[in-house]
Amino acid sequence: MTDSRPVLTMTGISKSFPGVRALHNVDFRLFPGEVHALMGENGAGKSTLIKVLTGVYGIDEGTITLGEEQVAFNGPMQASAAGVSTVYQEVNLCPNLSVAENIFIGREPRRFGAVRWGEVRRRARQLLARLDLDIDVTAPVASYSLAVQQMVAIARAIDVQARVLILDEPTSSLDAGEVEQLFRIMRQLRDEGIAILFVTHFLDQVYGMADRITVLRNGTLVGEYPTAELPQLALVEKMIGKELDVLEGIEEHSRRDLAALEGGTPFMEVSQLGRKGAVAPFSLTIHAGEVVGLAGLLGSGRTEVARLFFGADRADRGEVAVSGKPGGLRNPVQAIERGIGFCSENRRAEGIIPDLTVRENMILAMQASRGWLRPIPRRRQDELVEQYIKALSIRPANPDVPVRNLSGGNQQKVLLARWLITEPRLLILDEPTRGIDVGAKAEIQKLVVQLSDGGMAVLFISAELEEVLRLSHKVAVMRDREMVAQLNNDDTVNADRVMQTIASGSQREEADK
Amino acid sequence: MNNAKDRYRTILGHRLFWPVAVLVVMLLANTIYRPGFLSIEVNNGHLYGTPIDILRLSAPLILVALGMTLVISTGGIDLSVGSTCAISGAIACLYISQAPDQNNLVTVFTALAMALGVALVLGAWNGVLVSVIGIQPIIATLILMVAGRGLAQLVAEGQIITINSGPFRAIGLGHFLTLPLAIFIALGAALLVAALTRRTALGMIVESVGGNREASRLAGIRSARIVFLVYVVSAACAAVAGFMMTANVSSADGNNTGLWVELDAILAVVIGGTSLAGGRFYLSGSILGALIIQTLTTTVYAMNISPQTALLFKAVVVIAVCLIQAPAFRAKFRRRGRGTPPPATPSPQQQKQEVPA
Repeated sequence: MTDSRPVLTMTGISKSFPGVRALHNVDFRLFPGEVHALMGENGAGKSTLIKVLTGVYGIDEGTITLGEEQVAFNGPMQASAAGVSTVYQEVNLCPNLSVAENIFIGREPRRFGAVRWGEVRRRARQLLARLDLDIDVTAPVASYSLAVQQMVAIARAIDVQARVLILDEPTSSLDAGEVEQLFRIMRQLRDEGIAILFVTHFLDQVYGMADRITVLRNGTLVGEYPTAELPQLALVEKMIGKELDVLEGIEEHSRRDLAALEGGTPFMEVSQLGRKGAVAPFSLTIHAGEVVGLAGLLGSGRTEVARLFFGADRADRGEVAVSGKPGGLRNPVQAIERGIGFCSENRRAEGIIPDLTVRENMILAMQASRGWLRPIPRRRQDELVEQYIKALSIRPANPDVPVRNLSGGNQQKVLLARWLITEPRLLILDEPTRGIDVGAKAEIQKLVVQLSDGGMAVLFISAELEEVLRLSHKVAVMRDREMVAQLNNDDTVNADRVMQTIASGSQREEADK
Repeated sequence: MNNAKDRYRTILGHRLFWPVAVLVVMLLANTIYRPGFLSIEVNNGHLYGTPIDILRLSAPLILVALGMTLVISTGGIDLSVGSTCAISGAIACLYISQAPDQNNLVTVFTALAMALGVALVLGAWNGVLVSVIGIQPIIATLILMVAGRGLAQLVAEGQIITINSGPFRAIGLGHFLTLPLAIFIALGAALLVAALTRRTALGMIVESVGGNREASRLAGIRSARIVFLVYVVSAACAAVAGFMMTANVSSADGNNTGLWVELDAILAVVIGGTSLAGGRFYLSGSILGALIIQTLTTTVYAMNISPQTALLFKAVVVIAVCLIQAPAFRAKFRRRGRGTPPPATPSPQQQKQEVPA
C-alpha cells in the first residue's frame, strides 16, 4: 500500500475444466509491500487463480500484467524467474532429495556446468537461518515434519528475487509457534517491498496479517476491501453469500448426557493398545452415539491412534473388542467389516483416487466390502451419489467429473460420503476440517452432531481445540505419543484446561472407568 | 441423463480418434502404394487378403496386450510375457510331439491345459514377487523374462520342437465362418476380459489400486490381491498367445517364440491411451494399438522397406503416434501454429481438448 501502482494486475480471468467453470471474469490487483488475503470457500477458485497466475494452467480468457508488461507464464519455473514465487497448500517438495537440493532444484549455482554443492549447502543454511530454522540441510526432506517441510518450501520461494510471493494455505499444517515464526518472516518480507498474496482459512490470521482482502465466490469476484473496513462477520457473509446462521446453530448443540451414553453398551473397547515407535499403549472406550475428541499438538500421536483403531497400522500389543466381541484389527478390511470408517488427514496420499470420478470415489469403500463380483447396480449408485452430493452440497454437483478437478474441501466431502455410504457404526475423522473454509467446516461439524444423534460413534481429531470441545462428549488428550488424559466434556472443561493438560501432561484423569 | 451419455460418447470418440486416424492413414498409404492392398478374395470358402492377414497376425499381440493393459493399469509392467509365450508353446508342443497320435483332440487339449497351468504358475510367481515381496514390477518380471528363455530351452532340451498336429495348427491357421480362427480367439479373449472387468467392479478396483494404492487399501480393497491377480491374468493371456505363435509355424523355438512381444504389447497399451503411471485403462485402445503395430509391420514388408531400415521406420511412426496423442504436445503445436491468443469464448468441445488429461 506504500506504492500507488500495482505490481501485479489480473483482468477478466476465466478458466474452465471439463464440467467445471473454475473462474469467471475475475480481476485481481496486488500492490508492492502489502499482504493481500485471497478469501473464499472451497471451490471458490482461489487455488485456480494462483495456478493460472503462475502458469500451471493456461488461461482461457483475460490478461495478467506484471509491472509494466503483459505476461503469460508457461510454468512455475518461468513465473519464479520473473519474480513470482509460490508455496502451495500441499507441500510440493521432492521427499527423497535433501533439503538443500530441494531449495535449489532447477537453479543450482554452477561453475563450468558443474553444480557447486558446497555453495548449495552453504546458501541453504543461510536461507534457513533467516527463517530461524537450524536443521541438517543434507538430510532428505522426508525425514522432517510437515511443518519443517513447509518452511523449506518457503525458503525456496523467498530465495528467488521475488517481487510477488504467493502463500497458498501456508499455515494449515503449522502449530501456533510456527505460525508466529512465519508471520514474522512475512512482515519482514513485506517491509522489504515484496507483495504477498496470502490464502488461508483462518480468519484470525487474515485480520492479523492482511492489509487488503479480495473475496471470491463460485469462481467470480465478490470484491476487494481494505481489511480495516471489512468486519469479520461481513467477510464471512461475502464468502458464503448468505446469512451466517449455520455457524451459530451448532454453537451449543444439546450435549447428550454422557452418563446415559456410557450406560449403553460400548461399541468399541481397546485396552493397552499400542505400537512401538508410534504410540504408547492406551485404553479407550467409545459408545454408540458418542463423539470422542482427540486433542493434542501436531505429532503428538493423534493420527497414530486413529490408524490403530482402523487397523491401518497393526498394533503390536493390546486388545480390541468391537460390539463386545474380541478380535484383532489386522487390516482395514476387518475394520470395515466391523462397521468402522476412517477419513485420513492426508487427503491426497491416503484419500482420493484422483483419476476416478466423484461417483467412483464415493462408492469405492462400499464396493470393496461387497467384493468385485457384486458390482453395485447403476441405479443404486445414482441414488447414493445423488443423495450425498445433495446432503453435503458437493460442488460441482456432477458425479462424473474426475475427483482431482474438485477443490480440496469438496474432495474432503467426497471422502466423507465414501464412508457415510457404508453406514459405519464408528467413523474416525482425522482432521476433517483442515484446509476447509468456514462454511464447509460448519457443515461438517453439524454433520458430526447429526450422525452422533443418530447413534453413530465418532472419533474426532482436530488441531483446533475449540472444534474438539464443541463436538465431543469426551476428550482424550495426547502428548508425546501418549494418551495422558481423558476428560468428560462438562462445564469444568474448557480450552484452557485442555491446553494445560497438553502442556503439563501431569493431570491424568481416567474419565472412562 | 441423455446429455451425460452424449458427453461420454464424445469423450470416448475423442480418446480413440487419433489411433483410429493413424490406422486409417496407414491403410490409405498402403492402398495408394499398392492398389490391391485392401482387396479380399474368397478362396476355398475362406477369405484371403492383406487385411485378413493383419487381423490374423495381430491376434497374439492383442492377447498379450489385453493382459498387459491390466498390469499397466495397476501401475506395474510385465516384461516376462514373451518368455511365457515361449514356455507355454514349448510345453504344448513337447507334449503333443511325444503323443502317439498328434491329431488326437484329447491330446491337444491336455497339452493346452498343461501349458496354461504352467503359465498360471509363472504368473503367480510374478504376482507374489510384486505384491507380497514388494519388488518393483520391472525388476520382478525381468527375472522371468531372462530366466524364462532358459526354462523354455530346458523344456525343449535346446531343440526346436516340430510337430504335425492338425488341431493344434488350427489355433494359428484354422478357419471358422470364413475367417481365421485366431481372430475369434482374440475376440473371445477380449470380450472375456472386458466382461470380467467392466461387468463386475474389478475394472474400477484395478483402476483404483493403480490410481492410489494406499488410499485403495484404506478404502478396504485388498490391493495386494488385485495386483497378484493381474499378473496371473497377464500370464494366461500370454500363454494363449504362445499357442498361436507356435501353431502358426507348427514348431516351438525357445529362443524366438514371442521374442520382444512384451515391448510391442507395452507400445500397444500406450498407444491405446492407458497411462504407464497406472489408473484408467482402455481395452479397446490397446486392441487398436495392437492393430496399428501389426499394420505397421505388414506395411514395412509390403513396401519393400529394407530390413535394415525397417526397425527405424517403425520407431519413427511410433514416436509420431505417441506425440500426436499427447495433449501437451498438441497444445504446444496449436499455440505456436496460431500465434494469437485463443478465441474469446472457446466452445465446450475445445475446452475439453485443451485441458491436459
